[in-house]
Amino acid sequence: MIGEYLENLVNLVDAYYLQIFVNIGIAIILALGLNLVTGVTGQLSLGHAAFMSIGAFTGGILTIKLGMPFSVNLISSGLMAAFFGVLIGFPILRLSGDYLAIATLGFAEILKVILLNLDITNRALGLSVPLPNTPIPLPIYVWLTVLLVIAAMILIQNSRFGRALRAIREDEIAAETMGINTTLYKIQAFAIGAFTAGLGGCLYAHFIAYINPSDFGFSKSVDILNMVVLGGLGSIPGSVLGASLLTAAPEFLRFMERYRMLVYGALLVFLMIFRPNGLLGGVSVRQLVCKALGIKPRPRQSLSTDSNMEGRRVK
Amino acid sequence: MFWQQLINGIALGSTYALIALGYTMVYGIIQLINFAHGEIYMVGAFAALVFVMIFKMNIFLAMVLAMAVCLLMGVVIEFIAYRPLRRSSRLSALISAIGVSTFLSTLVLLIFGADAKGFPDHVFPVVQIHIGSAEISSLQLLIIGISALLMLSLEFIVHHTKIGKAMRATSQDYTTAALMGVNVNLVISFTFALGSALAAAGGVLVGIYFNAVSFNMGLMAGLKAFAAAVLGGIGSIPGAMLGGVLLGVVEVLGVAAGYSSYRDAIAFAILVGVLMFKPTGLLGQKIQKKV
Repeated sequence: MIGEYLENLVNLVDAYYLQIFVNIGIAIILALGLNLVTGVTGQLSLGHAAFMSIGAFTGGILTIKLGMPFSVNLISSGLMAAFFGVLIGFPILRLSGDYLAIATLGFAEILKVILLNLDITNRALGLSVPLPNTPIPLPIYVWLTVLLVIAAMILIQNSRFGRALRAIREDEIAAETMGINTTLYKIQAFAIGAFTAGLGGCLYAHFIAYINPSDFGFSKSVDILNMVVLGGLGSIPGSVLGASLLTAAPEFLRFMERYRMLVYGALLVFLMIFRPNGLLGGVSVRQLVCKALGIKPRPRQSLSTDSNMEGRRVK
Repeated sequence: MFWQQLINGIALGSTYALIALGYTMVYGIIQLINFAHGEIYMVGAFAALVFVMIFKMNIFLAMVLAMAVCLLMGVVIEFIAYRPLRRSSRLSALISAIGVSTFLSTLVLLIFGADAKGFPDHVFPVVQIHIGSAEISSLQLLIIGISALLMLSLEFIVHHTKIGKAMRATSQDYTTAALMGVNVNLVISFTFALGSALAAAGGVLVGIYFNAVSFNMGLMAGLKAFAAAVLGGIGSIPGAMLGGVLLGVVEVLGVAAGYSSYRDAIAFAILVGVLMFKPTGLLGQKIQKKV
């Protein structure tokens, strides 16, 4: 009943714009997860797409083999990705800086090759994923998940846990001295990041309806990283903006046809040169909103994102 | 059989080492993972292809010119895309490098098209030489020989010239080196020039070896070379050489043992395995962190 009503609502939107809109939603989910790991905790991950692929294949296979309700399916995909996050994070989060980055990249490549050789993922042919078993249309599902993930990320960042993660980013040794179990917190952040990537992957699989392990390679991980850094590391509005812009950009640049990736590459370089801390890095959206409304902002108590030092934090 | 594969592996590994050297030198000096490095390797192969096919040059001359082209390109890229970001977060420079990489691979795709190109057959005479049960082709000898020559020259530059001394000083301590009168901008440009020229040589050698040059050859080669640099201990020049050759040999042996569909995973599996036990790579120095 409600499903039918929502279906009609979704059908009102032009299919092309709907597709961009849904892709933006999925990108936001992925970017927010990576933002927690790389932006907030300061652990550079170059293999975020691997967790997305785990979510995509878990979701796709559950729908194909069992036809379970989509909500159960979505949660299972997230949990499966989080499980792999812990499994991979446990040994490699002891590594620091760029050694961690290359290890995440390495694991992602290994996983991709393994998925390309498994029977259950249909090897290099990929899987066709049928329609999800849910009355609610998928675009609405995607954006509900986006809202939930944004809310969860705001809660996490302003909690004791979030402050601990930021302390790890600022200075790992000092954080450890203050009694923060850095390895445990890093693994937890990694697992949450992987969970959201799993959600994003599951939604992606059902929306695109076809998944192939090769789609989740290094370039995909880099795309997500671009969104986070371009938006501004550690900033939730920044990740949302970065994901929206970079997902929409290739569409807006479509009139340039063959030259659009050329422009995209040059644009990345110039955006970084002119806004090295990202579009919203070091900008407090809260203060901007208050200023626009003419209210004097309340000073924040926590280690907030309004300092000019933002860009120097991730080492 | 084993010796045969070992020779194949060393030939492949030498080219990985040539690319890995650029990664490791740049990292050693400005702590940047230069993701555009793989594309420079690719452009080097294409430059040599143009010199051979269109200007009908000798392959050795073409290779030297391709190295010169990439040397210039490396310096220009550093000047445009990395120098303005030197005081910003390292991730910004990383994204800038990714932008350069997208730009270069798309540019080459637009100019040369998507299908792989090959060098003409007569570009280098291939003769098989028998050593016991193993066979080594003149091409493999060429690859190993040129790589060894270039690496020895690099060792000479780094350890026995004034600019090499400045490079080592800058990589030890950027600020102090600048205070001691080292022109760090020049040193950084010089490092990019050296690294890019070595990558170009690697690109040309691989292009002749596999007889295929394509716009996307830089991605996987770049990642594997980066893995090789980290495996050897990033920032360490002998480490990059060792890491490159080791990855090449293991990869070829793995394929020969029948794991060819896992080819691209082998290099990374070794890398991750080594990092578990030796977190700073084989020859990397342990950095004492201070509060």
